[in-house]
Amino acid sequence: MVLVFAEATNGKFKKAAHEAVTYAKKTAEVLGTDCCALTIGEVEDAGQLGVFGASKVLNVGGPGVAKFDSQVYTAAIAAAAKEVGAKVIVLSHNSTGKNLVGRLAARLLAGSAPGVNAVPTANGDQLTVRKAVFSGKAYADVTLTTEYKVISLAGNSIPVEESGAAVAVESFSPELPAAKTKVIETKRVEGTTPLPEAELVVSGGRGLKGPENWGVIEDLAEALGATTACSRPVADVGWRPHHEHVGQTGVAIRPNLYIAAGISGAIQHLAGVNNSKTIVVVNKDPEAPFFKAADYGVVGDLFEVLPKLTEAIKEHKAG
Amino acid sequence: MKLLVCVSKTPETTTKIQLTADQSDLDKSGVQYIMNPYDEWYALVRALELKEAVGGTVTILNVGAADNDTVIRKGLAIGADDAIRVNTDGGSSLYIAKQIAEQAAGYDIIFFGKETIDYNGSEVGAMVAEFLGLPYVGDASNLEMNGNQATVTRDIEGGVEVVEVETPFAVSAAKGMAEQRIPNMRGIMMAKRKPLNVVEPVDFPETTQVNHYELPAEKTAVKLIDPDNMEELVRLLHEEARVI
Ligand SMILES: Cc1cc2nc3c(=O)[nH]c(=O)nc-3n(C[C@H](O)[C@H](O)[C@H](O)COP(=O)(O)OP(=O)(O)OC[C@H]3O[C@@H](n4cnc5c(N)ncnc54)[C@H](O)[C@@H]3O)c2cc1C
Repeated sequence: MVLVFAEATNGKFKKAAHEAVTYAKKTAEVLGTDCCALTIGEVEDAGQLGVFGASKVLNVGGPGVAKFDSQVYTAAIAAAAKEVGAKVIVLSHNSTGKNLVGRLAARLLAGSAPGVNAVPTANGDQLTVRKAVFSGKAYADVTLTTEYKVISLAGNSIPVEESGAAVAVESFSPELPAAKTKVIETKRVEGTTPLPEAELVVSGGRGLKGPENWGVIEDLAEALGATTACSRPVADVGWRPHHEHVGQTGVAIRPNLYIAAGISGAIQHLAGVNNSKTIVVVNKDPEAPFFKAADYGVVGDLFEVLPKLTEAIKEHKAG
Repeated sequence: MKLLVCVSKTPETTTKIQLTADQSDLDKSGVQYIMNPYDEWYALVRALELKEAVGGTVTILNVGAADNDTVIRKGLAIGADDAIRVNTDGGSSLYIAKQIAEQAAGYDIIFFGKETIDYNGSEVGAMVAEFLGLPYVGDASNLEMNGNQATVTRDIEGGVEVVEVETPFAVSAAKGMAEQRIPNMRGIMMAKRKPLNVVEPVDFPETTQVNHYELPAEKTAVKLIDPDNMEELVRLLHEEARVI
């Protein structure tokens, strides 16, 4: 059995959870077994995970798991793995998953593969799975040689697939420790897709000249339904918030479309974005290194090009 | 407060990644190494700030061979009091976490960087916390102490979560937690005399292996689009790339 932890935010699944269940189902197929999904806390329609390939869905409820705590959630996931006899555990490689992969690995003395991009291959009792390293400058094939194995899936790495039908949700009540962390407040920007989950991203660099000029980036992002990002110096001087900083020392992203305007394409920037499926670069310098990593390039002044692109997108959307 | 900062060594950020001929490893010839930026810029500096505010000691811990000493000395030059190096070439994250856990008992806060910029694992801090039975907060962009209680802000998708936790605990530091410090001449001179204790590893099995690397497929040449014809770019994104 493969166990997948499908995280719900405010009771609802996001794309990352559907990706994780799809991935766990494919991993189960490689191993000739089934996949069981675990949900924690109050979740609407947990049984829907059957649609993405879970043959069984467990839910751990109650006040003890209402807020996230890595020790409590690790205990719940490890208990569920024992309950259903799962030796392979799949998580999403997001902020929750990153708090859990290592803990679970230490608890189960498991080999772990954090942030993988592909379905594993099996060789006897071993699994080999590919992950990006150097923030995307290379890939490593990690072989897990232990009885228990923990894998976390990087966002936007595999398409979500529907392969089954809704199943009944079984309640599961393992013995859990008390949380040693206390969540005081959760703040989320409403309305836009968070950068790590975004499929479309529009990014600006020092070529924008100042924070007051960001309208051209925001207008394009709005026309596309995209999330905004920036290069590191732009976040460092406070033109944009830190969470928008992409690159080797910022957020590593792999959207379907990355549009970069006024960004030179330094190696540390490319490291975090070059796994994007399609890259568009707008730069007035034809020698900018970013053009070597781009699929489409526009040599021109971004202050003229971006508004035109925004108009063209709007016309395209209008039909 | 007794503070421990776990640091690792990573290739310098401008390194062009090349592989050995059989693709079983990175070609390490000519690679320059630095302290992992998240460890240096955020974890270490925040630990030093806390020491400056409330007193205590900052110890650097590294798991690695003798060639890691340059990175450790840099941490001492930035201001840590002393250092421990667990002398091993061992590889798996869990093996490294086990070595850290063996040294980390008795500290109030164990700091990590949110990930290494080479393996991008984000897992060692949580592993150490589990081995020691401690609470853990990952990807923290702010940490304030009030007595033995910490208020930690951790980055989540599209926002932040504010968490309270009492010492002892483990935390991984993300951007925002502190500002990079450049070591000065006095720090560099003093670092030479600060204690760096080398200890031997405990036995623990390896749990993972990496036997094969790949480089991303080369991009085909960029298609240049006339800046006055953005309709053409939109058409290509729609019909050719199929991303909009
Ligand atoms: C340890 C380390 C880690 C780093 N990590 C990161 C990281 O994670 N992410 C990151 O982004 N950087 C990182 N950097 C910084 C990186 O080296 C570059 O300095 C940075 O990416 C450059 O940002 P930029 O492209 O916005 O600015 P610049 O390099 O200044 O480029 C601006 C570009 O805008 C173009 N331009 C100017 N005006 C216009 C106009 N009107 N129209 C069109 N184009 C215009 C210029 O031709 C130029 O190419 C790191 C550096 C170090 C040392």
